[in-house]
Amino acid sequence: MGAFLEISNVTKYFPDPSGKGMQCIFKDIFFEIEQGTFVTMVGHSGCGKSTILNIIAGLERPSSGGVVLDGKEIDSPGLDRMVVFQNFALMPWMSVYENVRVAVKAAHPQWSAAEQHKCVGRYIEMVGLTGAESKRPTMLSGGMRQRVGLARAFSVEPKLLLLDEPFAQIDALTRGVIQEELVSIWMRTKNTVFMVTHDVDEAILLSDKIVLMTRGPEAEIAEVVDIDIPRPRMRTTVIEHPNYYKIRNHIIHFLVERSHQKRQTA
Amino acid sequence: MNGTSTMTGTMTGDTFRVITLSSLMLLGALALWQLGSTPSVGGRTQGLPGPAAVAKVSWEMLSEPFYDRGPNDKGIGLQVLSSLGRVAIGYGAASVVAILAGVLLGLNPILLKAANPYIQILKPISPLAWMPLFLYTIRDSTGAMILVIFMSTLWPTLANTAFGVNSIRKDYLNVAALLQLSWWGRFFKVILPAAAPMIVAGLRISIGSAWIAVVAAEMLVGGTGIGYFVWNEWNNLSLTRVIFAILVIGAVGLILDLGFNRLAKAIAYTE
Repeated sequence: MGAFLEISNVTKYFPDPSGKGMQCIFKDIFFEIEQGTFVTMVGHSGCGKSTILNIIAGLERPSSGGVVLDGKEIDSPGLDRMVVFQNFALMPWMSVYENVRVAVKAAHPQWSAAEQHKCVGRYIEMVGLTGAESKRPTMLSGGMRQRVGLARAFSVEPKLLLLDEPFAQIDALTRGVIQEELVSIWMRTKNTVFMVTHDVDEAILLSDKIVLMTRGPEAEIAEVVDIDIPRPRMRTTVIEHPNYYKIRNHIIHFLVERSHQKRQTA
Repeated sequence: MNGTSTMTGTMTGDTFRVITLSSLMLLGALALWQLGSTPSVGGRTQGLPGPAAVAKVSWEMLSEPFYDRGPNDKGIGLQVLSSLGRVAIGYGAASVVAILAGVLLGLNPILLKAANPYIQILKPISPLAWMPLFLYTIRDSTGAMILVIFMSTLWPTLANTAFGVNSIRKDYLNVAALLQLSWWGRFFKVILPAAAPMIVAGLRISIGSAWIAVVAAEMLVGGTGIGYFVWNEWNNLSLTRVIFAILVIGAVGLILDLGFNRLAKAIAYTE
């Protein structure tokens, strides 16, 4: 019996930008995620971490290797996984309400309209957007847009939530607020989450484990760092924990100094 | 005066200038027309009729638009409705076909590339060139006219839909895939609204082509319709009525275009 999510020997080749041959983006990616945990992958741009997320989502196929979620091999997208996109990916022709409802309707087609309506309202309230239901995404700030993205993703109650640099396009002040909101939502729902980011503080605040990637091409997993800072974590208090700077320095040191080295054979 | 009223002041100033210039253009055109026309002799217009004669006939025709005194003498309203009816059928059918085919092509870049040369060859063909072929194959002049309209409106909508769908942001299709929307769910919830601005732009070009094609087709094989009316009045040597019909054709075309302008505004979105 394997873990809840198993990524086994996943390798991805892309056509080389020079036009001849293929380039290996990452190879032999192997890690596991336990149910109800929050795991983050941190690495430089170009290490293919978003591609790994897309492979888990079923939006892309690996060149070799495979992904198994809850005993089932993943080869296409499904409602058991939902992505929160860096650029929000909200339908601009739909209101906030409609953007969430299309997800609720897809996840629960057998529900009555009234039940669906109630569910949409509950998730919009969860992200604090009650009152903005009829607004179009264009009228909202980046932070509010990503709240809609989170409401949409949580509303299908996926087995696995995939966050693709979800706060990268949000201004720094708002980012902190939404990160904390995500922590509190996650503490209640206990979803299994896989996130990719290059923001180290964000990764420490949110994660149980951090997977560090070496630089691409031919990126590999360098190590997995356990974040043993107790929850609930707040932005203001987490930095006071004695382990915080130890972990942070370790990761920063890795990203700056060691990420270009290939993994040492132990 | 505060800022807001200064703003409105400028706006009305511009509007005033636009209206003045437009009126001057109209007066200039009418003056040239008057100069070029033949003066009426003894109350009977000879040669090219002037604005006054056309205005008089227009008033007569518009005050009784729906009379019907046999095949060659019908009110202008009946003629326009008959043309619009043909446009509705040909244009409607072509739009459905063009949007569905355009979506299929837009979603399959390889298919689009393969089909594109043929679309580009077929697009510039005057729809009237098909007329003999349609008359020969279906042996029905109304059917042939409707097919000519069909051909005139198919390509702009098809090409615009295909390229509109082809350029839909991948994110929207990814969301549709993650939510496991059915083909029709994806079509109505994502593809159609995402490509709607391009599709409506195509439909708008198409309705213009359809209105041009119907007049020409009716002149060739008519029986009824505004194009037939023009040809019939030419045979009657009533240039006054021909000019009146030209103005009606322009006005109807304008109204159709305004309708699509409204539709375009209604479905526009910003990313």
